[in-house]
Amino acid sequence: MIDVSHLSKRFGGFNALDDVSLRITPGKLVALLGPSGSGKTTLLRILAGLDHADGGAVHLNGLDASSLKTRDRRVGFVFQHYALFRHMSVAENVAFGLKVRKGPDKPSKAEINDRVARLLDLVQLSGLAGRYPSQLSGGQRQRVALARALAVEPRLLLLDEPFGALDAQVRKDLRRWLRQLHDDMGLTSVFVTHDQEEALELADEVVVMSKGRIEQIGTPADIYDNPATPFVFQFLGNANRLEAQVQNGIAQVAHWRVPAPAIADGPALAFIRPHEIEIDPSGNDAVIRHQVILGPTVRLDLHLPGGAHAEAVIDRDSHARLGLEPGRQVGLGARRVVVFAAP
Amino acid sequence: MSRAATRDPILVRWLLIAVAVSFLALFLVLPLAAVLTEALRKGADAYWRSLGGDDTLASIRLTLLVAGIAVPLNLAFGLAASWAIAKFDFAGKAWLISFIDLPFSVSPVISGLIYVLLFGAQSALGPWLIEHDVKIVFAVPGIVLATIFVTFPFVARELIPLMEEQGRDEEEAALTLGAGGLRTFWAITLPNVKWGLLYGVLLCNARAMGEFGAVSVVSGHIRGLTNTMPLHVEILYNEYDFVGAFAVASLLALLALVTLGAKTTLEWWHRDELAAAGRH
Repeated sequence: MIDVSHLSKRFGGFNALDDVSLRITPGKLVALLGPSGSGKTTLLRILAGLDHADGGAVHLNGLDASSLKTRDRRVGFVFQHYALFRHMSVAENVAFGLKVRKGPDKPSKAEINDRVARLLDLVQLSGLAGRYPSQLSGGQRQRVALARALAVEPRLLLLDEPFGALDAQVRKDLRRWLRQLHDDMGLTSVFVTHDQEEALELADEVVVMSKGRIEQIGTPADIYDNPATPFVFQFLGNANRLEAQVQNGIAQVAHWRVPAPAIADGPALAFIRPHEIEIDPSGNDAVIRHQVILGPTVRLDLHLPGGAHAEAVIDRDSHARLGLEPGRQVGLGARRVVVFAAP
Repeated sequence: MSRAATRDPILVRWLLIAVAVSFLALFLVLPLAAVLTEALRKGADAYWRSLGGDDTLASIRLTLLVAGIAVPLNLAFGLAASWAIAKFDFAGKAWLISFIDLPFSVSPVISGLIYVLLFGAQSALGPWLIEHDVKIVFAVPGIVLATIFVTFPFVARELIPLMEEQGRDEEEAALTLGAGGLRTFWAITLPNVKWGLLYGVLLCNARAMGEFGAVSVVSGHIRGLTNTMPLHVEILYNEYDFVGAFAVASLLALLALVTLGAKTTLEWWHRDELAAAGRH
């Protein structure tokens, strides 16, 4: 169990972390999701003991982490740019964490070789034990970094933007593979990403961060379906942002009237996902200003009365069937409108 | 278009090569040849005889002694300073970097004068030093101090950009894998900079043995006692002992060639490793 309570960290005048509390359950794969500067990497580095918090505490299995040195925390850290030891071969890289052990914990040479061979097998790099990092591709380096981190049998595996520097196809393969590895080895893992798709696909639990604060914690489905703040809604996918007016628990958003029982009367903010807008060819709620074909879908730029704009995304078949074209008047339905109190 | 540079007319290419080669010949090869010719003008016997003179041998010994003290000290200092600067954040870092450069920006004569002003007979410390019979200026300690000052930046200047480029990721990785600070230094930091370090030490050594200005101010020019090789060359030359002057000069030139040869050989031996480390 990892318990983070009221953590804060400042760099000069910049609030990297501001009263962050979080609990990580063993066995879970957790994503720290946020834009750059949201504090996610700082949090990861504090968990690893590579940075120190100005306030608050981290407890690792009930032990106050500030009393533990980096090397006593038993965390595996995979760096964004891998940080492989450039003057050591792949096998030497993986063996490093075992070789630096002292006293009775130090495994024998044969044990080390055995462990390294098994780990290289696990990350499917058995044939490359003698290579140097500069002779490997990005995906291979990533897997060496992972094997090296796993060699010390970490209680907690931390990954900083693990797929950030890889090209799209390799990234997809590695994602799936990492998920499998996590499950097979029974790890507890935390990874940092700014890619919402990656977080939603890979994680058991997503922690959305912004400006050093946690915006929401939940399962991928939970945070997608029930975003707690406008930031979360917008960060998790494309969104139309519309002005709304609330009166007696009902919000008026363009021509829609949606229930908003928890929001006080007055101006509010509403969000609709482009693919959750339905087009009715017989209505007259909006005018199509422009349309762009994006492979299997079509994006419509809509002009709403009162000067507001919205985007809708529909599939190519519906688009053809409805015979839509710029300049035409259409009716708009919405499968989901989310209303937030004005900030 | 991108091939235009390699497709310059042959004439231009040969012209550029000719300019480079003749420049090299005029300013490097010719003086070197002149040193050797002058040294051997009166035959090999005269050459060896002048090298075997007591004062000359003393100057060689002193030069080796001074370099033997200054180079290891500056190696240790340069390594410590660049490690601190490249891998840690602390207040006053920019100042430290500027101070390391100071010996490069100050004239060597001033570098020598500093020590005369600090430890000479007219200085505040002077009477105390005389009273306790401690000789610094016009003695070996002064020469060592001046040499250390002048050669101070070589190792650090070579290592700081290299270490900064490498960043601290690898050190942090070593920490998370359970290595302590010292282990991380020996196993990760040092091997990553060993070629830069070697190069810095070679340059430092060449300058330590060849330094003239600063050493000249503090040495006092006492024959057989406080004359290093460069100073000895000047004295012999001023006494019209051209064979002797150029013989000693040829030794200094030889040192430069050996330094260069050592560096090239090492780079050639370890070329695979250098290529793997992504730096040449």
